[in-house]
Amino acid sequence: MQAARTIEFSVNGAPVSAEAAGSSLLAVLRGDLRLRGARFGCGEGHCGACTVIVNGRAVQACQTPIWSLAGADVRTIEAAAADSLVAHVRKVFIEEQAAQCGYCTNGVIMTLAALLAADRTPARRDILAVLDERHLCRCGAHPRILRAIDRLLNVEAARR
Amino acid sequence: MTAPPADILANPRLAQWIGVAADGRLRLSIGKVELGQGAVTAIAAIAAAELRLALDDLVVVAGDTARAPDEGMTAGSMSIEQGGAAARWAAAAAREIFAKAAAARFGCAVADLRIDEGRFSAPQRNESLGYGDLAGEVDLDCDLRDREAPAMGARMAQTGIARLDLTAKLAGGAFIQDMDLPGLLHGRVLRAPRQNMRLARIDRAAIEALPGVRHVAVDGDFIGLVAGREDEAERAAAAARRHIEWRGEETPALDDENAWMDSVAAVSVTTLVDEGVGAGAAQRIEAVYSRPWIAHASIGPSTAIAEWRDGALTVWTHSQGVYPLRAALARALEAAPDKIRVVHAMGAGCYGHNGADDVALDAALLARAAGAPVRCQWSRADELAWSPFGAPMRMKLSAALDSQGRIVEWTHEVSSPPHVARPGFGEGVNLLAAAQIERAKPPSPPVDFPGPAGAGDRNAIPLYAVGRRRIVHRLLPQWPVRTSALRSLGAHGNIFAIESFMDELAARAGVDPIEFRLAHLTDARARAVVRAAGRLAGWDARDKGGAGEGRGIGFARYKNSGGYCAVVARVEATDKIAVTHAYAAVDCGAVVHADGLRNQIEGGIVQAASWTLKEAARFAPDGPVAQSWADYPILNFSECPEIHVEFLEPDGAPSLGGGECAAGPTAAAIANALAHALGLRVRNMPLTPDRIRKTIETQ
Ligand code: FES
Ligand code: FES
Repeated sequence: MQAARTIEFSVNGAPVSAEAAGSSLLAVLRGDLRLRGARFGCGEGHCGACTVIVNGRAVQACQTPIWSLAGADVRTIEAAAADSLVAHVRKVFIEEQAAQCGYCTNGVIMTLAALLAADRTPARRDILAVLDERHLCRCGAHPRILRAIDRLLNVEAARR
Repeated sequence: MTAPPADILANPRLAQWIGVAADGRLRLSIGKVELGQGAVTAIAAIAAAELRLALDDLVVVAGDTARAPDEGMTAGSMSIEQGGAAARWAAAAAREIFAKAAAARFGCAVADLRIDEGRFSAPQRNESLGYGDLAGEVDLDCDLRDREAPAMGARMAQTGIARLDLTAKLAGGAFIQDMDLPGLLHGRVLRAPRQNMRLARIDRAAIEALPGVRHVAVDGDFIGLVAGREDEAERAAAAARRHIEWRGEETPALDDENAWMDSVAAVSVTTLVDEGVGAGAAQRIEAVYSRPWIAHASIGPSTAIAEWRDGALTVWTHSQGVYPLRAALARALEAAPDKIRVVHAMGAGCYGHNGADDVALDAALLARAAGAPVRCQWSRADELAWSPFGAPMRMKLSAALDSQGRIVEWTHEVSSPPHVARPGFGEGVNLLAAAQIERAKPPSPPVDFPGPAGAGDRNAIPLYAVGRRRIVHRLLPQWPVRTSALRSLGAHGNIFAIESFMDELAARAGVDPIEFRLAHLTDARARAVVRAAGRLAGWDARDKGGAGEGRGIGFARYKNSGGYCAVVARVEATDKIAVTHAYAAVDCGAVVHADGLRNQIEGGIVQAASWTLKEAARFAPDGPVAQSWADYPILNFSECPEIHVEFLEPDGAPSLGGGECAAGPTAAAIANALAHALGLRVRNMPLTPDRIRKTIETQ
């Protein structure tokens, strides 16, 4: 039998190795690493509750196979301690109380952190398009999330 | 003397509510639970204000049959009204007892004490005493029933309260889905494609041989598997389907709720109101409205953890009621209730009776089979297909106007299957697996919520002065779809119908919709919210609408006894139907936690907009059509209206819950705005372009 191929990558700066043929990134994060901030909502790429940042881009961890992660830099909401942008977005969400149940929220925070990292002043319209495509919120926390986004954008605009 | 709140009468010992935690902080134990709406924060804030304590200095235990009082269900917007009143009563009693102990220590009169930030002090004394310092000197095991009602305390701070649960949730943990136990195994249930199917054949050995599988449970028609890792359980569950065959009749296709509601006979017909005389009818009109089945579709799948130890069971659950669930589990498992502990743990947003209770029994059965603690989580498909659905409704309204354009007769006949089939309701055991196991316990026969709040008939009685009124509730059978409580129950459909009909009548009378409502409303608080919503929205009676843009209003007092809410919606109907703005005026009495209530109103409006514009669950002969989010679209971010909320707080009005009061008014406001925009009345939800086309074709 062929030895299982392992893939090396990092999560929040710490080295990790996992079986290439194994499960999704979400299963490794939640099951092996016990990082529970990325959440299972559907497992089908619809809800975005599992969103994390891989090499600077927001991805749905439930749809991300381990074999795609060789050398990758994975960030989760638990990185808020070390990643100032994730921490900043999270802080604005808490200040705006931009959640109802909070189950969908971490995924939204990670998507916004990735968008802001790539472009300090993304257009609001473009952000909404990404959220429409990749995130669901059943509680109707949208108005609060939108307020948090506006604040993030205003802060960025003021900084320019 | 004011009678103690009902939850105090049911749990009369102070020690059931208040204690001193190991770290010296006060502990508040409550039976209401956090369902993602902030109820626990609001109740704790009420108690903290009464105790003159900072919210952070209170340890809160919510929902635990071993160490919290029985306050039934957390439902029906009653958390603040009931749970808040009880917490306040207990907190006031505790403060008094601790104050006496403090006065004794200081050697002063209670009246001379000061209390600030949870610390007692006395004149001419430098030191102060906290609650914890006095723990040894108080007896909290006393009766709460023979006490004076607490005086209306200092008005509590309404702003700056942050949700107690949120910071932890926006990190790595806090939900039941995130919990861990030593030796925890992972279970999955393998359910049939639809209700009422029986197990025909199972290749148990083949399932046992799947990678990672440690146990397979087969008990009657209940099948589940347990694995060491969650991803193994997930993969095994997918592979196991090949080794199971089900048999059973196909169910009828239900792609048209109106056809179904036409085709079934009522289980019972209740006349709620039949009174008054109608005089001077000059013209009559009638109209029929409907809503379809609606899925709960919680964002997080139903999950529970169960552990058996020495014949005793502990279950962690995101159920709305730990005590009712315990009673149902005891009957399903044929165990003594005192051998079962049910502990609440937070789940994703819950808007009524979803799969939380069902999965608790699933986990208990799997843990028993495995002889180890098991975490059982439903799949997205289970969540959409097996959670109870919000019930379809049909509302037949008719009315007569006199020559002055006043309503003189009104009839409302609502037909709907049950809106309540929770555990603890009726004679049966309302847990899915209870009917599937070998020693099956059938669910309750269809009944609906009795009493004035109603269920399918909730808000069927209009608040308007309408002369002669006749209100009838036809309870339809539940089969073939399991229906149960979805946020606001029948109020969503009934208010949609009443308020749409008010606009139709106003048009006949040639009167502005707001003026027409005010002309039929005597309740001052009702009039105030209707006016305020109009003002907030910049309502112009001369606005003729059309050109694809319109505005409309909807109003109700939830349950006719709860919060008042009026919503004005603005709608644009072009290539799609968009609600661009919603203006809500809300009177829930004294506001405890302003941002929490605002959150509830905003969320209620968005969710109701989603139901009203987009949602309908359909059923094919082989089962529910929606098995994934792809088949069940909900409102997204760019479709979210801009929302403005204003609170009216009449002096001395007690606090009322607000979680559900916006649902019906929002639905009606959207329908009325759409009619204003298009000159066309759509009476069947969801209000999709397809429905509009059908409406045009049938007119
Ligand atoms: S859980 Fe990954 S998108 Fe829903
Ligand atoms: S806050 Fe509950 S799903 Fe978004």
